[in-house]
Amino acid sequence: MTLEAHIRARRGDFEVDLAVHAEAGSVVALLGPNASGKTTTIDAIAGLVPLTGGHVRVGGRTWADAHTSVPPQERSTGLVAAQHLLFPHLTTLDNVAFGPRSRGMRRAPAHARARSELVALGIGELAARRPRELSQGQSQRAALARALATDPDVLLLDEPLSALDPATRAEVRAVLGRRLAAFPGVTLLVTHDPLDALTLADRLVFIDQGRIAQEGPPEEVIARPRDPYVAHIVGLNLYQGQTVDDATVSTVIGPVMTSGVESRGSCWVAFAPAAVSLYPELPVGSPRNAFRCTVASVEVLGQLARVRLTTSDGHPLVAEVTTTSVAELRLHTGAALWATVKATEVSAYPA
Amino acid sequence: MMTDAAQSRQRDGVPAFRRRLAGSRAPLLTLATLGMALVVLPLLGLIARTDWPGLLTHLRAPVVWPAIRLSLITTLITLGLAMLLGTPLAWLLSRATGRLATWMRALLTVPVVLPPVVGGVALLLAYGRNGLVGAPVFDALGLRIPFTPLAVVLAQLFVSLPFYVLAVEGAMRSVDPRFDHVAATLGASPTRVFLRVGLPLAAPGIAAGAALAWARALGEFGATITFAGNLTGRTQTAPLAVYVALQSDPQAAIALSIAMLAVSIAVLGLLRGRWMG
Repeated sequence: MTLEAHIRARRGDFEVDLAVHAEAGSVVALLGPNASGKTTTIDAIAGLVPLTGGHVRVGGRTWADAHTSVPPQERSTGLVAAQHLLFPHLTTLDNVAFGPRSRGMRRAPAHARARSELVALGIGELAARRPRELSQGQSQRAALARALATDPDVLLLDEPLSALDPATRAEVRAVLGRRLAAFPGVTLLVTHDPLDALTLADRLVFIDQGRIAQEGPPEEVIARPRDPYVAHIVGLNLYQGQTVDDATVSTVIGPVMTSGVESRGSCWVAFAPAAVSLYPELPVGSPRNAFRCTVASVEVLGQLARVRLTTSDGHPLVAEVTTTSVAELRLHTGAALWATVKATEVSAYPA
Repeated sequence: MMTDAAQSRQRDGVPAFRRRLAGSRAPLLTLATLGMALVVLPLLGLIARTDWPGLLTHLRAPVVWPAIRLSLITTLITLGLAMLLGTPLAWLLSRATGRLATWMRALLTVPVVLPPVVGGVALLLAYGRNGLVGAPVFDALGLRIPFTPLAVVLAQLFVSLPFYVLAVEGAMRSVDPRFDHVAATLGASPTRVFLRVGLPLAAPGIAAGAALAWARALGEFGATITFAGNLTGRTQTAPLAVYVALQSDPQAAIALSIAMLAVSIAVLGLLRGRWMG
C-alpha cells in the first residue's frame, strides 16, 4: 500500500499545493510553522476537505482526483488529533470497536479486535472505563487504538502528542514508536516537535505556506537544511549565497570561507551555533571568518548559553558559548562584538 | 454661611434627593416586585378560586375528559412526528454552512413569532378543500382535512416543530464536528454518524427541546380553533374546552386549568436540571 498524492486544497487565504509519496510501512513527518497547511493536507487525504486539484491514490486505488471523490467513510484512514476526541458516551472498548462495527464486523469479533489493540498499546485493563475516567496519556493511547483497529491503509496523526505534558509525551511517543514499527500501512505524522520527527519518521517533509520547503531522510535534512525554517528547527545558521572560488561563498552576511564547495553557482552555507566564538575585538592572525555583530538576546541553558546576534547587515546569527564566556564578555542586549567561525566548521552545498 | 442641608444639596453639584435615589436599591426593587407580581398574581388567583375539595368532581364534568384525552393523544402524536422529522432536520441544519441553511433557519423562525390565529388561517388555506395541498388530497383520497383530529395535529405541528428544531439544532451545533470527522474516517456512514454520535451527544438538548415542544403543542389554541374548529371529542382540545366551559361550567374550567398548570410545572421540573440548575 503506497500513498501517492498531490494535494491541492484551499486553506484560508492560500492554496496548499504539494506532493506526498510514502511507501508501505514508512512514517512521513510533516513539519512546518503554524497555519502552513499541514492539517489541511491530512484532512484532504482523509476526505474531510475537498481537493481543488491533484489526486490521492493508495495502493493503486484512486480516492480522489478531478473526477471522483470517495467519501471519508469509504477510504481507509485512521485519524488521531491533538485532542483525543473519544466519544464520551462510549466505553474505551466501544470507542475502539466503533470502527470495526461501522465497517460491518459483528459485535464479538469487533470487541476482540478492539481488545487486542488496547493490549498492544498497553491499556488493555482500561477497556471498561469511560473517556472521562482516563488520564491524558491513556486517552491518547485509546485514540490511537481506535484509529488502528480498522487496520487503515493510511494512519493520519495530527500532532498526536502536542497536548500531552512532557513526561506523558515521552511515554506515549515510545508506545507509538513500538506500535508503528509493526504497522504495515503508511503513517503521516504532523508535528511541531523535532524530537517526534527524528525519533518516529523515516522521511521529513517541511511545509511552508502550503508548499514543500524541503524534504528528505532525517540525517540529510539535519545536515543540509535548505530553508530558513528548517535551519531554525534543526538549529543551524544558514545563509544563501554564490560561490566565488573553490572555498569562498559570497552571502548576505559577507564573504564566507568554507571547508570547500562541491560545485560552482548558487549554494547554501551552514554552521552550527557551537562553532561560533565571540570576541570583544577583531582577533588577529588566525584564518577565520569574522562578522561584526550586536547582541539581540542571551538565553542561559545550564553551562551553555544561546546568544542571538544581529550582523551589521541586520541578519540573524546564533552562537552557543559557555556561561563563563557570557560573564567574561559581559554579554548584554545591544553589546557590540565579533563573531568568528573557522572555515573548516562551515559546510557549503548546492542550493 | 450655608446650612448643613444646603451644603449637602450643593455637594458635587448634584441635588441630595438624586444622590439618595441613585444610592438606594428601592426603585429597582419596586419595579422588579411589580413585574414579578404581574406574573404571580394570576396564578394565585387561579389557585385561590379553585374548589379544591370538589376538584375531582369538577374534573368529571362531561366537557373535561374528552378534551384531556384528545389533547393527550394529539400532542403525543405531534411530539412523535416533531421528533421523527425534526431531529434529522436539526442535525442537517447544525452541520450546514450555506445560504440555504440560513434561509431555512429564518423560515423556521416564522411560526415561532407568528400570531397563532394567522397560522390557523394559513393552514386552512393550504390544507382546505380548495387549498394548495387540500385540493389534490381531496381529489385523490376524498379526505377533508380541516375540522378533523388530523387538523389538530397539523396545527400543533406547525407551531411546535419549528420550536423543537431550533432548540435541538442549538444543542447539536455545540457537538464538536470533529467527532463526526473521526467517526467518518472510522467508516461510519452519515446516517450512522447521526445515530451513534449526533443523537447521544445531543441527548440532553433533545430532551429539553421535546419538553418545550410538547408544552407548546399542549397550549396551542389560536391555530387549532381556526383550522380544526371546536368539536367536542373530535377537535376540542383542553385549552379550547377551558375557554368554552368558562361560560357554562366555570368550576370545570378552573379544574381543567389546574390540571394543565400541574402538567406545565411537571415539564418545568423535567427541564430543571437544564435551566434552573
